[in-house]
Amino acid sequence: MALDQQQVRDIADLSRLQIDEAQIAEYQKNLSNILDLVDQLSAVDTSSVEPMAHPLDAVQRLRADVVTEENNRDHFQQIAPQTENGYYLVPRVVE
Amino acid sequence: MEWEVVIGLEIHAQLATKSKIFSGASTAYGADANTQACAIDLGLPGVLPAFNEEALRMAVKFGLAIDAEIGLKSVFDRKNYFYPDSPKGYQTTQLHHPIVGIGHIDIELEDGSSKRINVTRAHLEEDAGKSVHEGFNGMSGIDLNRAGTPLIEIVSEPEMRNAKEAAAYFRKMHSIVTYLGICDGDLSQGSMRCDCNVSLRPKGQEEFGTRTEIKNVNSFRNVERAIDAEIARQMDILEDGGKIIQETRLYDADKNETRAMRSKEVANDYRYFPCPDLLPVIIDDNYVEAVRATLPELPDAKRARFAHAHGLSAIDAAVLAANRELAHYFETAAKIANDYKLAANWVQGDVSATLNRLEISIGELAVSAEQLGRILQLIKDNTLNNGGAKEVFNALVEGKGDGSAESVDKLVDSLGLKQVSDSGAIEAIVAEVLAANPKLVEGYLATPEDKRAKAIGPFIGLVRKAAKGVNPQVVMDVLQKKLSEL
Repeated sequence: MALDQQQVRDIADLSRLQIDEAQIAEYQKNLSNILDLVDQLSAVDTSSVEPMAHPLDAVQRLRADVVTEENNRDHFQQIAPQTENGYYLVPRVVE
Repeated sequence: MEWEVVIGLEIHAQLATKSKIFSGASTAYGADANTQACAIDLGLPGVLPAFNEEALRMAVKFGLAIDAEIGLKSVFDRKNYFYPDSPKGYQTTQLHHPIVGIGHIDIELEDGSSKRINVTRAHLEEDAGKSVHEGFNGMSGIDLNRAGTPLIEIVSEPEMRNAKEAAAYFRKMHSIVTYLGICDGDLSQGSMRCDCNVSLRPKGQEEFGTRTEIKNVNSFRNVERAIDAEIARQMDILEDGGKIIQETRLYDADKNETRAMRSKEVANDYRYFPCPDLLPVIIDDNYVEAVRATLPELPDAKRARFAHAHGLSAIDAAVLAANRELAHYFETAAKIANDYKLAANWVQGDVSATLNRLEISIGELAVSAEQLGRILQLIKDNTLNNGGAKEVFNALVEGKGDGSAESVDKLVDSLGLKQVSDSGAIEAIVAEVLAANPKLVEGYLATPEDKRAKAIGPFIGLVRKAAKGVNPQVVMDVLQKKLSEL
């Protein structure tokens, strides 16, 4: 399965990765190779295999609906680049 | 050309749990920014989500209420997207195996008929945080208190054909989730939000037209207005031979128009995959039946009971059953008075008028259901006439009571509203009035028999003036008797 150059740019964009325009051709080739490698799995007949949601054959445990967390805002915000009045600040995003 | 409108709704309802869907942080509304956002909600490395059993129970409850298939095995998936109000970089949701499958509700149309709307599915997911774009010097402030609040997203089939049907559907869902107690239903706080998918197609055409999605409409009225505005916009474009672009739009209530959200250059690719941090959620029939046993009487059943068992009109029954608190208030008063019709008249009349005038909800009304019930009892045993009852009610509205039924009796006494029904006392008053107005009596006696019913009116007025609070029926009886003896 071959990716085109625009798809490489789109993937980089979705991944929030900045890539050098000059390297796109190489990414295109490498990523396409990886897809081809994975694509070999399609050759296996899985019609009788139930899709797996999780590798462990276990069931989700449930938590009681109780508030157990306290306010640790000051502690958490020590690692935030910028905060103000309790808010985390980020570059302006307006949809 | 004649167009057919196709509408489907996606409703997000916040579940009324105490803690978040995957963490022990509080979901209480209105706290200081980020004081209820713990390490799990912040998406810090190394944390593990732990699924809230109450969120599961509430979702199953909802599924049973809309007669839906319940997913005995449901699976959480990650929906990947980048936005700062979702610090994990993905939303935990359910894609292929939702907790609630195909179900349906019935909506009531204006002509009194009802229409079944199918629900495609409802799944559990987490809410995002909130971004504030003003007041941070060109930056955006992020409050993650809401991040991780449990939601059910309820997806309808595209079966609504006009904005009124869509609004009726949203109202009905609101009624159901608040009856179930799984959502507080507070639209102003965003507890329920609605995305409206709207498209047009030439009448008779099978294939759907291109749709747009109006995001986050948060009132019943705006659902109707936003959809109508979008229908008009699309119709203009189509009539001019143009094409609709599939896009997400926002409704501007001030301008009553929808506008496109800034479209992304690259189409979103959510790259869903099963969440490796959460195992499949397995429940069995015993679990489902135990939840079913906790279902309250739902709006449709209550409406039918009000109409059939208690003789209310279809409209009265629908209005009184639509809101759980109002229905409870009504029924409490009706049971005390042992008169559903009288209680319905009062709740739809003076009670509703007062709520509208003061812009309050039934829970905030100073007159308790017990007090209204007592007032109705006093009307029924002729202690109060209608005017006196209204006076007591209004006094209670103004806070002259303590919520107890006894305070109604005290008010009746202190305001001197007790009707005089003792015919002896009334006979004396009537005798005085007749003696004092010989000309009126003469006129009455000169009136032909068949017109006397009308001619008795002035006497009633005089008697009631002479003694406030006399029972008009007793006055009438005594007057007729005395006059016939002349």
